[in-house]
Amino acid sequence: MDIPRKTAARPRRRTLFQDNPSVLWFMGLLGLFTLGVTILSEGFGLGLISTNLVKILGMTLCLCLIAIAMDVVWGYCGILSLGHFAFFGLGGYMIGMWLMYARTEIVIRGSLGRGTIPPTELEVSEAVAAQIFGVVGSSELPAIWMFAHSLPAQLALVVLVPGLLALIFGWLAFRSRVTGVYLSILTQAMTLALSLYLFQNDTGLRGNNGLSGLQNIPGALDVPQSIISMWFFWASAFMLGAGYLLFAWVVSGKFGSVIRAIRDNEARVRFLGYNVEGYKLFIFTLTAVISGIAGALYYPQAGIINPAEIAPIASIYLAVWVAIGGRGRLYGAVIGAASVSLLSSWLTGGGAPNIDLGFYRIVWTDWWLVLLGLGFVLVTLFFPKGIGGLFDYLVRKQP
Amino acid sequence: MPRPPWFLILVACLTVPLLLRPAPLAAQTETPLQDLLQSMQQIVASPSRARVAEVLDALQQADAPGTTTFLNRWAAREVYERPEDGLFFYGREGAARSLILIDIDTDADIAEVTTRDVNQIRVNAGVRREIEAAMVSFELLNPDPARRSAALAAIARSPDPEQIPLLEAALEAEEQAAIATRMARLLDLLNARFATDSAIRVAAIEGLRGDISTEARRALNQILATSAELAPEIPAGSNVARIRVPGQDIDLLAAYQRLSDAGLAPPRPGRNAIRDALRANVVDGEVGGIPVHQLHTDEMRRATYRALEAAGSVPPLVTQADIEAAVAEYVFFDQYLEPDPAVTDAARAALDSTRTAISLWQFLSLSIDALSLASIFFLAAIGLAITFGVMRVINMAHGEFIMMGAYTGYVVQTMIPNYTTSLIVALPLAFLVTFAAGVAMERTVIRHLYSRPLETLLATFGISIALQQLAKNIFGTQARPLTSPDWLAGSIALNDLVSVSTIRVAIFVMALAFLLILLFILNRTRLGLEVRAVTQNPGMAASMGINPDRINMLTFGLGSGIAGVAGVSIGLVAQVTSEMGANYIVQSFMTVVVGGVGSVFGTLAGATLIGALQKGIEWFNPGNTLAAQTYMVLFIILFIQFRPKGIVALKGRAAGD
Amino acid sequence: MTTLLEVSGVSVTFDGFRAINNLSIAIGEPELRAVIGPNGAGKTTFMDIVTGKTRPDEGRVIWGERSVDLLKLSESDIAKIGIGRKFQKPTVFEEQTVRDNLAMALKNRRGPLSVLTWKATTRDKARILELAEEIGLADRLERRAGDLSHGQKQWLEIGMLLAQDPRLLLVDEPAAGMTPSEREHTTDLLKRAAKTRAVMVIEHDMEFIRRLGCRVTVLHEGAVLAEGSLDHVTKNQQVIDVYLGR
Repeated sequence: MDIPRKTAARPRRRTLFQDNPSVLWFMGLLGLFTLGVTILSEGFGLGLISTNLVKILGMTLCLCLIAIAMDVVWGYCGILSLGHFAFFGLGGYMIGMWLMYARTEIVIRGSLGRGTIPPTELEVSEAVAAQIFGVVGSSELPAIWMFAHSLPAQLALVVLVPGLLALIFGWLAFRSRVTGVYLSILTQAMTLALSLYLFQNDTGLRGNNGLSGLQNIPGALDVPQSIISMWFFWASAFMLGAGYLLFAWVVSGKFGSVIRAIRDNEARVRFLGYNVEGYKLFIFTLTAVISGIAGALYYPQAGIINPAEIAPIASIYLAVWVAIGGRGRLYGAVIGAASVSLLSSWLTGGGAPNIDLGFYRIVWTDWWLVLLGLGFVLVTLFFPKGIGGLFDYLVRKQP
Repeated sequence: MPRPPWFLILVACLTVPLLLRPAPLAAQTETPLQDLLQSMQQIVASPSRARVAEVLDALQQADAPGTTTFLNRWAAREVYERPEDGLFFYGREGAARSLILIDIDTDADIAEVTTRDVNQIRVNAGVRREIEAAMVSFELLNPDPARRSAALAAIARSPDPEQIPLLEAALEAEEQAAIATRMARLLDLLNARFATDSAIRVAAIEGLRGDISTEARRALNQILATSAELAPEIPAGSNVARIRVPGQDIDLLAAYQRLSDAGLAPPRPGRNAIRDALRANVVDGEVGGIPVHQLHTDEMRRATYRALEAAGSVPPLVTQADIEAAVAEYVFFDQYLEPDPAVTDAARAALDSTRTAISLWQFLSLSIDALSLASIFFLAAIGLAITFGVMRVINMAHGEFIMMGAYTGYVVQTMIPNYTTSLIVALPLAFLVTFAAGVAMERTVIRHLYSRPLETLLATFGISIALQQLAKNIFGTQARPLTSPDWLAGSIALNDLVSVSTIRVAIFVMALAFLLILLFILNRTRLGLEVRAVTQNPGMAASMGINPDRINMLTFGLGSGIAGVAGVSIGLVAQVTSEMGANYIVQSFMTVVVGGVGSVFGTLAGATLIGALQKGIEWFNPGNTLAAQTYMVLFIILFIQFRPKGIVALKGRAAGD
Repeated sequence: MTTLLEVSGVSVTFDGFRAINNLSIAIGEPELRAVIGPNGAGKTTFMDIVTGKTRPDEGRVIWGERSVDLLKLSESDIAKIGIGRKFQKPTVFEEQTVRDNLAMALKNRRGPLSVLTWKATTRDKARILELAEEIGLADRLERRAGDLSHGQKQWLEIGMLLAQDPRLLLVDEPAAGMTPSEREHTTDLLKRAAKTRAVMVIEHDMEFIRRLGCRVTVLHEGAVLAEGSLDHVTKNQQVIDVYLGR
């Protein structure tokens, strides 16, 4: 074959940013956004953005983080997991255990210390347990709260618990070659089992009461929420940026090639000598861990976590965000999660004006879900690439 | 066949007061009961134990309607005498401490008076016992068999030694075999517990051998009731059930606690008692010379307590050795309240003899429960067996079709008050409504997504949340009742251990009917043939003149319609809410997947397995349905590991990779 | 020439249909072998068994000098041990570039972590370029594979096969849908490859096989009907009856 050498041997230096120009854009916008919110915040700036709104924005960043995790596992690797919100919730529970335990311990020590004789460690932990579990009619600290007093331990569990669950479940599921919708249903079953488990009063996480008061940070109980909300906002923005970089790195290059190849033709990848199950397990576990971290940042801002958060429907909403934003591109997931969740809290939070038609009054809290459901059907039918698909259109238009 | 006389009596009882109602004032002095009572006015108004028998005999002779009520209220001091005319009335409290007089015969309100205007008839304890005994024998000897049965039921509810002679007398006079058997049984129960002669009791207990009814077992268990005792040694003549060795059969601390409760040993100061004692002895920020702030460990506190103990200011600390020594002095044992060993031995033997039978019956009961649950799962999943199993369409809105069917039933019920008629109307209507909804959904959405199963899942999920919210907007968030007709409201009881509500039997029958109809449609009709052709090879089917569009539409409609009918049935046992469908969707998919996709029998097997499993787990962990569901889902996840294609697996290339 | 792959006494049944019936076949290294047979003779199923996609009901599949039992390995392990396969329908990853397709197939470590940290070395880049030239796609390295013509996709797949550097190539109908000149090029490619390794080609086109000029195995009803040079088997009466005669 006579192919001119110079065209083929064109020197190529591929970097992450050259492969994904969107990464630079995203980082820049995220930085600007963080700066803007900081300047406008009550805690550190002009006070134009209420603390409540800062919390909502911080939570939205966490949702964006889990959305890109979902995008990697579904959009890139083709596993429609209906269980990632369970990992998110587990992360929240793990950090929530420390927040609740440590804060209660401070309160209890304060009240017991007022007696003439200082309390023993046993008395403290018993009183803490009675305080936390009185609501489910128990006064003993369950074994799973063994490390609740230690922040480093619970932080490790934020990563370990979702990671191990994903590892075990994924190993079982992928090993038996469950794919496609069957896998989706199986992950949904896992989520259902977990939420049913947490709904029980005697499983040690306060049943349907969940964990509450998480917005109060032990050791910073005197710091006003306007400041704390900014701490968490920054942490969320940082983690979103870090997560975006991590995933952009993972999905670019040869690894990205392989997982997209798995999505498109799993059997063919196997005949190339790749251990498909290993790759799926790697992606499933990695995204589960990131979801757990996102949850650990989300729930201290939300203030409360209960098993209803883990219900299978939450994970499906996650898929909805990614699909609406446009799967197979990380910024698509961010757009989808941010727009749908913000719109949702605006419409259901009473922010949007109701429309009076004369004969009928459209109350957004009633009609938002109908709208979302139907909108979702339309997106699936007519815009399979989602909002992100519009960018392709714009880019192609330019010379 | 002549009607039994009790029927006439019943009719008379019901009609006489009705006939009299228009003119209660005129009738009041003419009614038999009031007349009868007036003929013995003195004795009734101030009854004495010696003369009350006359009244009771007379009442029993006359058997006027309302006699039992009167006796009841007489004994309960709810009968009043009006001094002006000496007539008797029932009374009930009115407003502002007034009393409303009620006519004895017509039950009508006569007048409102104060308690000073009338005399309450005071019946003393002796008289009351006479009246109650008379009441029992009055009822037991009543010509109406229904009344006799009711009296027996009353005795079973509150057994009493004094009923024994009455029951014996009644048994001799009884003619109906069924009632006589029942009387004999009750007599055994009473004798077993209350007879004075030990031989009679043992014989009666022997008669209860193998009887698995609750009342018999309750009677035997009452005979076997024990009390926990302790003594230096077992007293002679006590009927010991078991001896509890401290440290083995009874916790050492608990044993000591009982000793100290009985005042036989000094109380043992616990952690809190130690703390309180220390707190009470704080002097200048020190306890026994030790600064207070050091007392934050149990060791430190105990040491300080010892110091106080040496100074004699607190009761002594009880050590492990003290406890062991004190406990060793005594024997701890459970003693039967019943002193006669012959009786308790017989009761124990009788109770043991029922054990095997009881576990078998319980197993049967559990199996029936499981079957009932399985038929609900099957009903919920059967529509999916068609849309998912045969067509491979993931319809996340399937649960909402179930909900739609249930709400159709509810709407029909609000329009047609007769429950039977409304059910008959609702079943086909629910089918039509959800059939139409299914066809509409297939035409507008699913048709475009046949090659993209994951997106079908998401799109149908979108429909699912929209439908759920719509239902919430229309019907509100609270649960709507779907009442079953009276003939489905009762239950069928085999014995005290096994009973099943009629509605569950009906649902089982319905599930069975669905199975047969579906098998018929899929295997015996042209539609079924075409469905199978289209799902196996749409191209080939189309070239043979089958219109795949039409077949897909009809199949999907059929599956959805069945979901609607299932919704009506499920609505009868569960609550109708906008979320009811969502509660079944995951389990329904599990049922289909576990059973084996593409096979109606597989769905049946899946439903049976899951139903049996859930009930089985619940049996091990009673009262915790959530835990049972959790473990069940875990089991299913594991099950799919070992049989990824379900119980009824299709083999070969056709099964698809 | 030593025996590289030995299949002996293999049978497999689908729902009562015997797709492979006591099949025994062996190939040495280096060797070029053509497999022919009518539809349903079990050619593709044979490849499925060797590559681990289908498990046989009985029989043995032995690989290499150390007599590894292939039936115990997974598809990816079999690929890693040195068996490459090209499917009947070209299956390249259409969403990705030609370069990515080739890079994925390159003989490198296959574990997730080593792939994650993989950087194309100078040798890798040179190898990709060399392969691309060999399959005539050097000027299309950055193109989406889905935009290639049918023949180019066939070549890309052959290129991916070569990139794996396998000891045994299983090639299912490589010439289907190719122009005569493309076929000629394909023949050259396969012949060259067979100088250093074992190549097994399934093909219907007699002219193509004649040009390969190698030993031919005829399959029929899941068993070997005849084996030898093309001239030898085409003279075999049984072969004429079941296959060529039609």
